[in-house]
Amino acid sequence: MKKLNVLVVDDEPGIRSGVSRILNNFTVSYPFMDADIGFNVIEAETGEKAIDIIDSEQIEIVLLDNKLPGIQGTDVLDFINKNKPDILVMMITSYASLELAIKATNIGAHDFIPKPFTPQELKSSLENVSKHLFLRGMTKKMNKEGKEIRYQFLSVLSHELKAPLNAIDGYLRMMQNKEAGENIEDYQQMIERSLNRIKGMRNLIMDLLDLTKIRLEKKTERLENVKIKNVAQNAIESINPYAIQKDVNISLTDESNCELNADPSDIEIIFNNLISNAVKYNKDGGKVEVKLEMNNNKLLISVTDTGIGMTNEETKKLFNEFFRVKSEQTKHITGSGLGLSIVKGIVDLYHGEIKVESKTGEGSTFSIILPM
Amino acid sequence: MAEKRKQILIADDDEDYLFQMETYIRSFGFDVIRAESQKEAEILIENTKPDLAIFDLMMERDDSGFILCYKMKRKHPDVPIILATAVASETGISFGVNSATDQQWIKADLYLEKGIRKDQLHKEINKLLKL
Repeated sequence: MKKLNVLVVDDEPGIRSGVSRILNNFTVSYPFMDADIGFNVIEAETGEKAIDIIDSEQIEIVLLDNKLPGIQGTDVLDFINKNKPDILVMMITSYASLELAIKATNIGAHDFIPKPFTPQELKSSLENVSKHLFLRGMTKKMNKEGKEIRYQFLSVLSHELKAPLNAIDGYLRMMQNKEAGENIEDYQQMIERSLNRIKGMRNLIMDLLDLTKIRLEKKTERLENVKIKNVAQNAIESINPYAIQKDVNISLTDESNCELNADPSDIEIIFNNLISNAVKYNKDGGKVEVKLEMNNNKLLISVTDTGIGMTNEETKKLFNEFFRVKSEQTKHITGSGLGLSIVKGIVDLYHGEIKVESKTGEGSTFSIILPM
Repeated sequence: MAEKRKQILIADDDEDYLFQMETYIRSFGFDVIRAESQKEAEILIENTKPDLAIFDLMMERDDSGFILCYKMKRKHPDVPIILATAVASETGISFGVNSATDQQWIKADLYLEKGIRKDQLHKEINKLLKL
């Protein structure tokens, strides 16, 4: 059970002990909450003492009488507004001072309880306050975790999807308006560039599907014993035609002989992404080494290339969605910027780890550790 | 005596978009200097003074265009700037250069969504160059 700390500030001992008695055995529950809310009552007989407690302890709710011996309730309210604006304040007021109650809510009190109150009135007030607190906490949490990330993702995604559309749209308009004259041959490059952008967009969509698959965490559906070496071999074979064009040699060493209980398509995505990156960002005549090892009942996959490498700053951002290393050397390499975030997502699903070591101009090594 | 051709600086990391813009702007009768990154554009700003600049918003950084606007206005306050982007308003990023608060931090004279029509682009450039 979650406990909320309630501070009662009143100079009448009867009120304080009454509130304690009522609230200490009271719980609030809602169907949408996974745990009930209980209350832990702390007492203060003066405003000064209340401020000390508010300052040193985690207080969620304050029940505040205005007429106090030293500083007044509104002074305490003022202190809370300035220093602990998250605390919800309920003013305890006599029926005669409606004006004060209104003033207090105007300067930041959440609500007020007229005095004298019945146990039921106190309980229903506290029920409302705790519901409010719960919803506020949930909203904050959702905003922090989900919304910001989703918003950022969507804005970048929209940019990445619109950029090729704009480029293709632009070329089609140029052709429609015959900007380069009547001869179709003069449009060859525009057509090729358009086809190229369509291909890039198609890859982006495929990557998005992979990413969605991870988000839905459907991996348990298709678990089987996967012979890792075979998956690595298949990935190498499919990338080899491209590697041959770039004169990049790919080698595979398997010292693990490992079979992993996994979704084969997940393992395929890992190898496809790492090996195709190692070829794409390699130098002509370079090398790619894929190694599989067993260590302490964990599978270690490493892919080392002799490519252009990265700076520390670049490796830090490498697993962010849509991040791509931008330089003179990478200008003509196409990619969605999603591949490594997909790999990271899968590795997380299997409770593994991924690391990268890189040196500009010399190459990079990506290592993945997967528990068996 | 023939007047010197106006020179327009275009910065965009999308080579296709850059090519298309360059083709159009040359067809309007202007000279073009091109930059393929924020970094290249910064060097050009330091060393030349174009008559107008068109910056893409997202290049190496998400806010490359804003940075270039700022640097250009500091070096050459009188050069008009068009900020172009493919970021859609439907994602919630909405900004313009029309309100006073926007003008305070976005140092551009005109904000354009990419995919603008050729004749409209020509009109906007002429307006900013006071032709």
